[in-house]
Amino acid sequence: MRAPISDLPILLEDASVHVRGVTILERISLALAPGAPTVLIGPNGAGKTTLLRLAMGLLRPSSGRVSWGGRTDAPPTQRAIVFQRPVMLRRSAAGNLRYALAAAGVERAKRAARTEELLALVGLGWLGERPARKLSGGEQQRLALARALAKEPQVLFLDEPTASLDPAATKAVEDVIHAVTARGIKVVMSTHDLGEAKRVAGEIVLLHRGHVIETADCATFFSNPGTAEARRFTAGELLV
Amino acid sequence: MPDDVSALQLVLTGDPALFAIVRLSLLVSLSAVVFAALVGLPFGAWVALTRFPGREIVIVILNALMGLPPVVVGLAVYLLLSRAGPLGSWGLLFTPQAMVVAQTILIVPIIAALARQTIEDLWVEYRDELAAMDVGPAGRVATLIWDARFSLVTALLAGFGRAAAEVGAVIIVGGNIDGFTRTMTTAIALETSKGDLPLAIGLGMVLIAIVVVVNAAAWGMRHAGERLAG
Amino acid sequence: MLTSRHLIALGAAASLLGAAPALAQDKSIVVASTTSTQDSGLFGHILPRFKAKTGIEVRVVAQGTGQALDTGRRGDADVVFVHARAQEQKFVADGFGVKRLPVMYNDFVLIGPKSDPAGIKGMKDVTAALRALKTKTAPFISRGDRSGTHAAELDLWKAAGIDIAKEKGPWYREIGQGMGPALNTASASNAYVLADRGTWLSFKNRGELDVLVAGDQRLFNQYGVMLVNPAKHPHVKKELGQAFIDWLVSPDGQKAIADYKINGQQLFFPNANAPGA
Repeated sequence: MRAPISDLPILLEDASVHVRGVTILERISLALAPGAPTVLIGPNGAGKTTLLRLAMGLLRPSSGRVSWGGRTDAPPTQRAIVFQRPVMLRRSAAGNLRYALAAAGVERAKRAARTEELLALVGLGWLGERPARKLSGGEQQRLALARALAKEPQVLFLDEPTASLDPAATKAVEDVIHAVTARGIKVVMSTHDLGEAKRVAGEIVLLHRGHVIETADCATFFSNPGTAEARRFTAGELLV
Repeated sequence: MPDDVSALQLVLTGDPALFAIVRLSLLVSLSAVVFAALVGLPFGAWVALTRFPGREIVIVILNALMGLPPVVVGLAVYLLLSRAGPLGSWGLLFTPQAMVVAQTILIVPIIAALARQTIEDLWVEYRDELAAMDVGPAGRVATLIWDARFSLVTALLAGFGRAAAEVGAVIIVGGNIDGFTRTMTTAIALETSKGDLPLAIGLGMVLIAIVVVVNAAAWGMRHAGERLAG
Repeated sequence: MLTSRHLIALGAAASLLGAAPALAQDKSIVVASTTSTQDSGLFGHILPRFKAKTGIEVRVVAQGTGQALDTGRRGDADVVFVHARAQEQKFVADGFGVKRLPVMYNDFVLIGPKSDPAGIKGMKDVTAALRALKTKTAPFISRGDRSGTHAAELDLWKAAGIDIAKEKGPWYREIGQGMGPALNTASASNAYVLADRGTWLSFKNRGELDVLVAGDQRLFNQYGVMLVNPAKHPHVKKELGQAFIDWLVSPDGQKAIADYKINGQQLFFPNANAPGA
């Protein structure tokens, strides 16, 4: 049952993350509002993964504030994340989904049907009984996506979801992203692929060295970037 | 008749004295494994999953205790259970119960240390995903123990192997009483010292067979684990 | 499934522990005795007769004499049955035992390799034989374990006029173990060793060893039995323990002892009624 309290908008206010003396994110201010997907782009080490984890609530900011629907302490019952290298539980693919459904509080009687739906949604319908760890990298990525959707989240965080996928699988994932966005789920994802960013995004956020360089809607960002870094990045240059 | 042939005869014809000894040995060591698991598994899981000051030291000590010399454990339990000792009024010395106590103490560190290692390794893998799925502390422990069950059973088998093979603890606290506290290992020690080898060799064969079966079971566990769950 | 296997094992364990109170109420006593008596097989012969007569189960913990007396002192046994008269009398004098009763005797024999490098075979005087061993520095295995046999061996060296603690050399090897291991070691290294006849007769791993000196009065080994003092240890099963002692010195028990033979040879000679035993 969807709780009446919303996790959106997710507000990062002057949030910084320092780990062991290293600053990973510096004074980030960002609003994640319902609607079209927000896509984070930027070079490796820019802090995209940390930003996703911060917005998911897996780590606390060293300074500044993160709030979900106005609350600073909101358990992740309505948020889900697919990590860059997802870990499969030592069970079958269907077993992983059943576990996620149970963790989300779905009643036992409904789990079998939901499992089938989710497997079909990500195109893994015929692999249900295979041990999850024996699936290929791409299949594991898609299973992780299905697992995240098990709890019918309000917000779905995806960390480079198609990085290791072939074009067919990439399309399958992007189709899922479009489908869930149409259903009202807010997608926040990071990607290396500028083409994919263009295909998926509503809003683009460019990160570099722990700072938000520029935020703009997709069309504006690519046709008329506001900052020098954005211009160089979209032109294919290496930002160091 | 050469000793090994008469030994084989004893085993194959199911000599009652020999098998009474085998039965007692299994009962004592299996009981010890059960009790050691009840103590060691939760403790190992707790150390694996909890941050507390001195945690590193506890882990080092736990690993070191795996090498507890059985005779030392035997001596310590003897001093505890002797009538002249603090728990003397329980009257447990020279009984199978004392042997179970000594062997339990001996193998708790093995089970706890191996459980800790197994669960901690799996926790490192699972931590993020379980946090993302908002699984509470009880759920985490249950999930880790269940998903690591094959490795945990291997830890129990390791404990059983250690218990079944030791002689130092059980001989001191059990007294090697004929028909009452005589196990395979203590009987082998006794018969060998008497120069009466057929029974010793027969028991040795059974003991080795048990050790082989236990190791095969451990191997089977690992394979079942890999096959079922990757 | 895994869980039910655990439950079965747990049930077995529980029944094992649950049997404890039942075991305690069993008619049973713990007797601390010596490894040589155990190894001779005597208990296997006489205890079933005692149980058939009285229904009492005797659990023998076989240790060295020193350890058996210590077990009695700690109250971990109900009866002590050893062969070290002086130590037994001290045990009673110190209040740990109620009364010492003689039961039987066997003898020690001086065993060595058939080749007999020290030339002691057939000697009638065991002290002369020991002096010969020392002079020829023939390898000798001592039990060195505070046992009755060890005490007897030390007494014989003293009787031979040798202070063995000071005068021993590499030829004298103390192994700190029981009669069986001592014989094994002697057999393996063709050495001389003092053993009780009972263990020797049932010892199967003889190698080149044989009895070289026997029959000297000083080689006689007297056994005594004592009830652990209930005044010091109230939990001692004094009625059952006393029943065992009474039986040992009764005509029935004494006959059972005399009946025990290995290869037709009697090992133990009952002498409960002998004066001054």
